[in-house]
Amino acid sequence: MTQSPTLSRRSSSSSSPPLPRKSRQRGADARAGYTFLLPWLLGFIALTVGPMISSLYLSFTNYNLFEPPKWIGLDNYTTLFQDERFLQSVGVTLSYVVFGTPLKLAAALAVAMLLNSKRKGQGFYRSAFYAPSLIGASVSIAIVWKAMFGDSGPVDQGLSFFGINLGGWVGNPSMTMPMMILLTVWQFGAPMVIFLAGLKQIPADLYEAASMDGAGPVRKFFNITWPMLSPVIFFNLLMETIHAFQIFASAYIISNGEGGPAGSTLFYTLYLYLRGFSDFRMGYASAMAWLLVVVVGIITLIFFKTSKSWVHYSGDSK
Amino acid sequence: MTTMATPTQPKAGGTAPVQAPEYNPKSESVGAKRAKSVIFHIVALALTAVVLYPALWMVASSFKPNAEIGGTNTSLWSSNFSFDNFTTAMEGIGGVSTLQFFTNSLVLAIGAVVGTILSASVSAYAFARIKFPGRSALFGMMIATLLLPFHVVIIPQYIIFQQLGLVDTYIPLLIGKFLAADAFFVFLMVQFMRNLPAELDEAARIDGAGHVRIFTSIMLPLMKPALISTSIFSFIWSWNDFLGPLLYLNTPEKYPLPLALRLFVDQTQSSDYGAMIAMSVLALLPVLIFFLVFQRYIVEGVSTQGLKG
Repeated sequence: MTQSPTLSRRSSSSSSPPLPRKSRQRGADARAGYTFLLPWLLGFIALTVGPMISSLYLSFTNYNLFEPPKWIGLDNYTTLFQDERFLQSVGVTLSYVVFGTPLKLAAALAVAMLLNSKRKGQGFYRSAFYAPSLIGASVSIAIVWKAMFGDSGPVDQGLSFFGINLGGWVGNPSMTMPMMILLTVWQFGAPMVIFLAGLKQIPADLYEAASMDGAGPVRKFFNITWPMLSPVIFFNLLMETIHAFQIFASAYIISNGEGGPAGSTLFYTLYLYLRGFSDFRMGYASAMAWLLVVVVGIITLIFFKTSKSWVHYSGDSK
Repeated sequence: MTTMATPTQPKAGGTAPVQAPEYNPKSESVGAKRAKSVIFHIVALALTAVVLYPALWMVASSFKPNAEIGGTNTSLWSSNFSFDNFTTAMEGIGGVSTLQFFTNSLVLAIGAVVGTILSASVSAYAFARIKFPGRSALFGMMIATLLLPFHVVIIPQYIIFQQLGLVDTYIPLLIGKFLAADAFFVFLMVQFMRNLPAELDEAARIDGAGHVRIFTSIMLPLMKPALISTSIFSFIWSWNDFLGPLLYLNTPEKYPLPLALRLFVDQTQSSDYGAMIAMSVLALLPVLIFFLVFQRYIVEGVSTQGLKG
């Protein structure tokens, strides 16, 4: 995979005498490689790297789309930490990530373990549980969720049947977060399917040997399932956490694009959108975006660093 | 790191799950086994009911008169079953018919599928099958974009498209698809192609075939499963996308369904619940049909490629 730099340099010089066949092949490969890669490379430069650099620059400016950007140094960043709405959006997003993601993954793992046996109907259940993941982030489901958790909606009525009178969750600032978390937990199917694929890779004789040694289900879970599944758990945890930070459409629809009631659904990306595209404070929104990148980057790094202590890659598992 | 959820080899046609050998202790009696199976199905069915309830409620409500949704009638069944909500929903909103919104969504989704298939497969071929200097560094950057919160690019992208006068066209929504900006699909195809035997290319090279020939006549036909998963997911993601159209489209005539739904919510202020829910059902219908038809591909795609829903 790694190229020796001397070879590639030699192959690209045109004045050289007839080259050995191998080097000529390499030169052709280099040209072909970049030609085939052209669409991605163009997109990467024009739609990712370029915009990232320019949003970094904009984050140090005051820019409203109509007048040229004005350099203000770190002002956007310092203002952020005095902006109560911003701090609220951080709190809302963090509680969503910290409670929603582990709950979703726990549900996914539990159901995957339930389904991980050769039984009739396994395929049906797997598909049925997966379906919400496909539609859960859509506007349609956000509308349905809002209706279901509204005043005298089915959830309210179901709970009052058991004597619990919470009223509508949508209008109650202390109930909107549980409602949003339920929406993400409801989409446990995608990580579940990935867990299920991981569970199938665990050799059955490990469990048989453990049974013969008299291990119960709890010990089997902690001594076999958890370590053997740890790479998959890590993958799901990382991806779900990163995605959770970026929730937008559901929050936008459920709160009519305002993040209410009382800012209880003012998710980070929603506030970023409002600042950037409703107030046209694009420098400020860029600072928010970069802060998100840094935070997600740090979290990813922490995940990878700590993973060494609990994620086990067995050499022969492939 | 991302390879850990992709343990399976590509298979032509449908991919069947590899079943672990059945764990079957001889000590367990037939009766105990049957009891376990009954308990399993009771738990699993109860869970299915809970999981599918929101979808069932949505469909049931779309056939009910407004007064009964969230009213006294809590059962899914209504004796006042009617298509009225759908008739209202089909009329559309803001002077634009729902059929127009459907067409818009379809144009965007098909554009996304075509663009993604073309650009991702070509780029993936470079990453997976051609050796060139800088490949591993670029591949690493591609993986990094998978983890990058895309909000960091939306503001400059908007500014660029605004200056080019392309706001309120579909170009900003589609150009990224033609430039393989959804790194996930590139990654999926790279993983798939890497598992195809290297002898294929070597034999073709000896026969004098270049990369274009190898790509079009050897790789593409073998990549069918990966191309199908990519098509399905890029279609569904585009169909459900909300933020992109919200940023770039201003005229209702150009709205895809998710934006039309938002407009509907805004303008009717929840006064016509039934029609709103009927329209939500209509908007999800293609996704549900896709799911029913391709569920094997979709679920297998998720389990072998770690695709998000």
